[in-house]
Formats: sequence, C-alpha cells, structure tokens
Amino acid sequence: MRLTSAILFTALVVVSTPSVLFAQDDKKKQQTEEKDSSDDLMNMLEEEGNAAPKKKEYVSATFKSTRVINGHSIENTPKGVLDFRVSHRFGPVNSGLRDFFGLDAANTMIGFDYGVTDWLMVGLNRSTYQKEIGGFAKVKLLRQTESNSMPVSLSYMGGVSVQTMPAPVYSAVVDSATGDTVIPQYHFTNRLYFVNQLILAKKFSNVFSLQLMPTHIHYNLVPTRDEPNNIFALGIGGRVKLSNRISLTGEYYYRFNELNGYHNSVSLGMDIETGGHVFQLMLTNAIAMTERAFIGQSSDDWFDGGIHFGFNISRVFTIVRPKGFETSRNKIW
Amino acid sequence: MKKMMIVAVLVCSSTTLFAQKYMTRTGKASFFSATSLENIEAFNNEVAGIVDSKSGDVVFQVPIKSFKFEKALMQEHFNENYMESDKFPKAEFKGKIVDLSGVNFSKDGTYNVKTNGKLTIHGVTRDVSMPGTVVVKGNTATVSSKFNVKTADYNISIPKMVEGKVAKTIEVTVNSILTQK
Repeated sequence: MRLTSAILFTALVVVSTPSVLFAQDDKKKQQTEEKDSSDDLMNMLEEEGNAAPKKKEYVSATFKSTRVINGHSIENTPKGVLDFRVSHRFGPVNSGLRDFFGLDAANTMIGFDYGVTDWLMVGLNRSTYQKEIGGFAKVKLLRQTESNSMPVSLSYMGGVSVQTMPAPVYSAVVDSATGDTVIPQYHFTNRLYFVNQLILAKKFSNVFSLQLMPTHIHYNLVPTRDEPNNIFALGIGGRVKLSNRISLTGEYYYRFNELNGYHNSVSLGMDIETGGHVFQLMLTNAIAMTERAFIGQSSDDWFDGGIHFGFNISRVFTIVRPKGFETSRNKIW
Repeated sequence: MKKMMIVAVLVCSSTTLFAQKYMTRTGKASFFSATSLENIEAFNNEVAGIVDSKSGDVVFQVPIKSFKFEKALMQEHFNENYMESDKFPKAEFKGKIVDLSGVNFSKDGTYNVKTNGKLTIHGVTRDVSMPGTVVVKGNTATVSSKFNVKTADYNISIPKMVEGKVAKTIEVTVNSILTQK
C-alpha cells in the first residue's frame, strides 16, 4: 500500500514537473521574444486556414455595368436588385449645328432589369426607335474563379422584341403562283425579332477585361426576299480601367451576313462610377439600343461622321434584402 | 488510493487546461458607417481568431471579401475601390490581454478586458488599445469588442463625390464565440 502510494506520488511529481518547467520556459520565452508570441498564434491560424477546404472565389467586376456599351456584358444584376436604366442616343454629329450636332434628336430607351437569382437576370425595356418593346433573360453558365480553376465566364442572353409602329398599308398584288389578286397582310408576328447570344468573358487583370459575343438574330419579316431572316455576328467588347472609378470601353460587332448595306456597329465608351450610379458615355454609329437594331441595322458610318453621342444611366435599388441582415441597424429601408 | 488517482488525474489535466487555446473560424464582425445621408452596414461570418488563455495573446483575422452588404454595389465598391481587397485580402489584429489576471478561464462569468496590440487594415499597421469583454461559459469564450476606425488612419481614401455618404469614423463590432482547442 505504502509502496504503491509512493510510486504514484513520484509518478505524479514526474508528470506535473515538466508542465511546471514548461511554464517557466514559456515565461522566459515571453520575456525574450515578447512580440513574437502572437505570431505563433497567427501562424497557427494560417495553417488552419490553409488546411481548411478553400471555398470557390468568383471573379467580380469583370465589367462595371451589365452593358458594355450598347450590348450586354457578362455582368448580371445581383439577386434582389432592380436596375433602372435610362439610355439616350442622339443624332449623328454630322447633322451639323442646326441640329446641334445630333443632340436635338434623342432616341431613348427606358428599362428595368432585375436579378431573380445570382445567375438569372431578366429585363424589360421600351425604346423610341420604331417604338420597340423588348424583353430578355441572361443566364450565367460558367463563372471565372480567382484560382483560375475556371478560366472564363460564360453567359447566355436570349431576347425578344416587338416594334409597335402603325401597321403599313399594302396595295394589292398579284400572286405569281395562283394568279389571284391579294392584299398582303401584316401580322403581329411580322413585328417580332429574336436574339440569341453567348457571352464569353475573361478578366485578365484588375485593369483589363475582354469578352466575345457570338450572336444570332432572327427577323420575322425582312423588307425583301433576298435579305436573310437570320444573321450571325461576332462581337468583341473590352474594358480598360483607368482608375478605380473610370474605365474605357470598346465594342465591335462583325456581321457575317449583309443586311441591306448596314454598317457594323463600332462603339467607344467611358464608364464613370459614382455612389449608386454608373454613367456610361459613348460614341457609336448606332442610333438604337436593341440587338436587332444596333448589330444588324446600324445605318451610319464612322468615317462619314455618322457618330452618335449617347449615354446610359444605371441606378440600382435593392428590392429584396439579402440574408443575414436581420440584425441590421440600417433603418433607411 | 482512489483519491490520489483522482488528484493525479486532475493535476495532469489542469496543466493542459491552462495551456488551452480558444479558437474560431466562423467568428462574426460587422461595421457601421453612419451619416445623415446614408447608413452603411456590413457583416462578416468568417472571422478567424485565437485567444491563448495562458499568455493572453489574441489574434484575429478578417477576410475582407467576406463582408456582406445589403446593397451589392456597395460590396463591389468596398472591395474594388476602398479596401482594394485583391491587394489586401485580410485585416488582422495581433494583441494581448493586458489585465489577464482578471480573467478566470476556468470559471464561467463575464470579464471586462483591455487589449493592446497592432491592427492591420488596408496594408497599414497601427498600435491600438481596445476594450472588450470575454464571456466564459463551459468550454466556450465569447469575445466581443466595439471600437472605432478612422478611414484616414489606414489610407482608405474616400472621394469627394461620396464624402457625405461614408463616415470618417467607422464603428467596428466583433462578436465571436471561440471554443476550446
């Protein structure tokens, strides 16, 4: 009994002394390198952090706005955010002083874009040009990651629009097949246009982003039999950031089909970011802002001075408060 | 005999108990900027922190990109323009509880503490001293602190255009539950 308790006591002493010794060591350590003691903890955090599974970080702000200039950019409005957009394109600068270099003639588009989810954005808009009403949906398919495990972002944009000008009055014509005299009818479907677009984008650096936009446009009715109902185009758009708030943009759409001598759309722009706004100022040869009109039917030529000044204003409103703001003190809502 | 054993076990375990560290990777931090024009608030649930109950060392790491804003555009501006979070992905605090003797980590209770240390935000490190509380409950320690950060101190420039909307002094709140490791 005595022996065992003696053994136990020694064991106890042996077990507890090292810890006492360690404690002294720690004290000494603290005195000599006091500043470094928290570094060890920091290293511990770093190691823990490195060991923990990395969550995917997606590249943000490839472009400032949801439009490069006229056409769509890879960006979506975030979930629950409504983007109220007002865009103007003025007349061509070669219209001279009488038209105040185009500023007398304003073509306006007013639209609402909304982020249904973080990957789906829908929009409705109305333009002065041929009194067109349009709608679109833009879906994120791939997202570029910070780690480059996914090197590019890919989105699909599909849109439909209808022009609501008064119906033209046709005179009677003789049908060549049957010999009957008929009056051509102008149906509602004749007013429709469709657009399918893929947007392939890459943010190369904080300063430089580029995107390619293969585009298909369908016109339900074209002026003559010889003109194609389907046209294909490849767009390229880019951004160079000049400062944290100002960037230069460029956009060009090359059409593979001719459509009645229209010109390819070329635009140069500048994005200026303020609090809740993005101002986009641009020079473009397009008067209209829907895909079917600016990609397929830009009637002006840069080299003849057919340049239009224009701007887009975007104002965002958060409609659905994101999760995690239950304890928010922000009562401005 | 049994008593001796228990004592032995207790003595042994208490030494490890003293060396114990409290840790979290899901700590909470938030900040609040109040101006007459606009209030801005952001929350972060990915704060990492360790408190060494023996030495009183405290470290916290805050991933800047994990701050969530109610307005997505604010979040983008915060990361891109103000905090430049690609360049400076983390804010850090390295410090020490000054009056460690006043905190008994083995006894449940609320303890007011003072910490001195270095706060690094936006690549700028400054000596700071901030008050806080440690609430010990079981094997957790809830660390909370509220302090002010002057944006100018950390080279965070606010352009004239939005000067009225972003406060010059931002109130930062940390409230994290750390568990024994």
